[in-house]
Amino acid sequence: MALKSILFSLVLTAVAALPAFPQEGHGFTPAEIQRGGIAYSSFCVNCHGPDGDQISGVNLGSNQFRRAQSDAELIRIIQKGIPGTPMPPGAYTDEQAAVLVAYLRSMATSPRSTRKGPPGDPSRGKALVEAKGQCLNCHRIGHQGTVTGPDLTSIGITRRLAEIEIALLDPSIDIRPENRPVRAVAKDGTKIAGTLLNQDTYTIQILDSNATLRSLYKTNLREYEFLKVSPMPNFRDRLSEQEISDVVSYLVSLKGLR
Amino acid sequence: MLRRIVFTLLTAITLTAQTPFDRLVNAERDPANWLTYSGTLDGQRYSRLTQITPANAKDLELKWVLQTRAPAEPNSKYEATSLVSNGVLYTVQPPNVVVALDAANGKIFWTYPYNPAPSARLCCGRINRGLAILGNTLFMGTIDGNLIALDARDGHTMWTTPIGRPEAGYSVTVAPLIVKDKVIAGPAGGEYGISGFLSAYSAETGKEMWRFNTIPQPGEAGHESWENDAWKHGGGSIWTTGSYDPALNLIYWGIGNASPDWNGDVRPGDNLYTSSVIALDADTGKLKWHFQFTPHDEFDFDATQVPVLADLIWQGKPRKVLLFANRNGFFYVLDRQTGEFLLGKPFAKVTWADGLDAKGRPNRVGHSTPEGSLIYPENQGATNWYNPAYSPRTGLFYIPSWLDTHSINTSRVEPYKEGNQYGGGSATHEVPALRPGPTNKRLPEVGYGAIQALDPKTGAIKWHFNMMDVTDSGVLVTASDIVFAGGREGYFYALDARTGAPLWKAMVGGAVSAGPTSYAVEGKQYISIPAGNAIFTFALR
Ligand code: HEC
Ligand code: HEC
Repeated sequence: MALKSILFSLVLTAVAALPAFPQEGHGFTPAEIQRGGIAYSSFCVNCHGPDGDQISGVNLGSNQFRRAQSDAELIRIIQKGIPGTPMPPGAYTDEQAAVLVAYLRSMATSPRSTRKGPPGDPSRGKALVEAKGQCLNCHRIGHQGTVTGPDLTSIGITRRLAEIEIALLDPSIDIRPENRPVRAVAKDGTKIAGTLLNQDTYTIQILDSNATLRSLYKTNLREYEFLKVSPMPNFRDRLSEQEISDVVSYLVSLKGLR
Repeated sequence: MLRRIVFTLLTAITLTAQTPFDRLVNAERDPANWLTYSGTLDGQRYSRLTQITPANAKDLELKWVLQTRAPAEPNSKYEATSLVSNGVLYTVQPPNVVVALDAANGKIFWTYPYNPAPSARLCCGRINRGLAILGNTLFMGTIDGNLIALDARDGHTMWTTPIGRPEAGYSVTVAPLIVKDKVIAGPAGGEYGISGFLSAYSAETGKEMWRFNTIPQPGEAGHESWENDAWKHGGGSIWTTGSYDPALNLIYWGIGNASPDWNGDVRPGDNLYTSSVIALDADTGKLKWHFQFTPHDEFDFDATQVPVLADLIWQGKPRKVLLFANRNGFFYVLDRQTGEFLLGKPFAKVTWADGLDAKGRPNRVGHSTPEGSLIYPENQGATNWYNPAYSPRTGLFYIPSWLDTHSINTSRVEPYKEGNQYGGGSATHEVPALRPGPTNKRLPEVGYGAIQALDPKTGAIKWHFNMMDVTDSGVLVTASDIVFAGGREGYFYALDARTGAPLWKAMVGGAVSAGPTSYAVEGKQYISIPAGNAIFTFALR
């Protein structure tokens, strides 16, 4: 009946986030890398950061490890931890540890950045987000802003730098299931837009564009669809290269309410 | 540790008092009771109660709820079918908590919280699919590999028979089947490289009376379908209930996957009797015939559906057939006297095989590979252990289905180590494999659930009732032409058995992962379903 691992299925249901650039290397399959990415964002990202470089002197995304050469050594570290350091042991099976290694190896072969922009300045980025970019008309950061777009308070933990760049330059390429936009037309012609929260055979739950929680009965709708185009404006033409770098560097620095 | 408890004089009361085997054989004449996993020994899950009709189903209302008595465990699901005998409902809450209660009002008579050994290993949740009853005795498999007998009047343990070592991955999750004076059951553990068997145990003493090895041992027929030493950890688990034909005296049972699940390269051959249905002589356990749905299974498809026995007019002549909608995506009709293949047709999108040959053998076109290969249906299958139903009135076969789902199946070399999972690979799941998450934000194209009504004479789908989410619910059909089922969305509902039109639904707030039971007390018909961590029971206003 089975599933190789219950752990991952639980994680799958909880964390829908998938790495944007799973790539092959070391003989791992895309499916394994993908599962490794899900596990990484659940069990490792808080300490190591989305790009694997949050702990000074350690860069899990570089394919250069101080304490390991082979996959087997990495598996051992993941299972046993590094005694005397904050790196904890974990009850991972060989297979779970192997897909984590698959993901670490893949990070080095996927681009850290999608663009060659000038270096960014986080404080200028903050100002742009709050004023010119009008980001807080849709997003929440800390206690500011609103909720119609995804909460960006911890975006620097949950997304890799390259993913943040894509979100700004090509928002429709990588819409995550948890941010899925919906559009509906009621039988009386009223138009409704928002983010999908839940659905079943008879109903749809959304957070609408006025930030109201709504439960729609399909029998009351003329039509509804999941949009492939993001409601988020494309900032490729709205911000300069420098401004994009500034905004990205600010978003990367957002690591939750401290 | 769990030694067999000797049957004492004191507990040796007669086994004929409450529910003798005659009552099980003639259960169709006694629809107020639900005495076996499928209601009748033929596996049809067809209730002959007719008080609830398509016209009045809208008047169904909740009569009682039983909340779980055991702390809900994150890895358990409520999968047991309830039994009802003389107004007493018997159920098993996960993992192995037996509850006897008043079937009309939900008041508990007694509970028996079996405490499984911590060494129990389960691939897919600490669950149990239900009890069997004979005389005054209930029979339950335990997740730590035992078969136990309890006095139905107070839950007192009569005997305990260990049937497999839990440290090596043997567990018993199946609802046993009573045939004459024997209790038929076997171990689950196809993800742990067990060596499976189906056995008959004396209802009175728990002693094993016969054993059929689902992985043929050296010298046994079928052993040649395994190469190397792969048979030693070949799987062939038992985890859903079989059926019985008293006229032919044959037991029919669906057998689990070959181990390791995804790596077929280490076990060249057809790997009998994995992913097969077997027909055994009920007195001796000798094989009469077998039919293998998925020779050399590389996708963990198993063949663990309830074999449904029906008597049809087949191409103009009466024929005793066996209906089987398999997890591999094909619906099969077999002659149940001989095992002859009569019909096979996909009931969902299938890409691992390009049709079946004249003998029903699949034309295999997809394999698990080290790089991973995309296969429809997904690893949980086009259906699974959730029971189907057959109505002799409508002539339709009702299948809880997962449609348009796929997995990437990856094989890997993995050594056998006792007690570890022995999958030899894995499958991806775009739909959560075992239980729903709190919300569903998936696009319809990654798959959805449906109750499908199929004409067994042609394999044609007559109607389907689609849901947004997939379903792990069993189906029950009544002689008043209602289909009862549920799903992961938390609805339990009634459909018109002839058209699939929705008649009634109730929000039960948790996934339905069990089969419904219908029974009557003092002339009132009830329909009862476990969902989430509770049982919900409905009757007309
Ligand atoms: C509680 C914080 C924490 C968590 C959680 C954590 N790590 Fe670490 N990890 C560390 C620290 C700190 C080090 C550096 C130890 C040292 O060498 O001083 C480290 C080191 C490592 C190393 C060795 C790096 C090298 O250069 O040799 C690897 C590999 C590693 N971690 C992988 C992981 C993976 C994979 C996970 C998730 C399964 C994980 N870690 C979870 C804190 C953590
Ligand atoms: C009109 C509303 C709107 C505005 C203005 C807007 N966004 Fe968005 N944003 C969204 C929505 C809706 C999504 C979710 C859909 C998607 O992923 O494209 C989103 C997604 C994102 C994501 C990806 C989130 C994730 O979880 O992956 C980032 C990062 C982001 N926005 C940053 C910004 C920044 C920075 C600005 C200002 C420069 C901005 N947004 C302006 C609506 C908006």
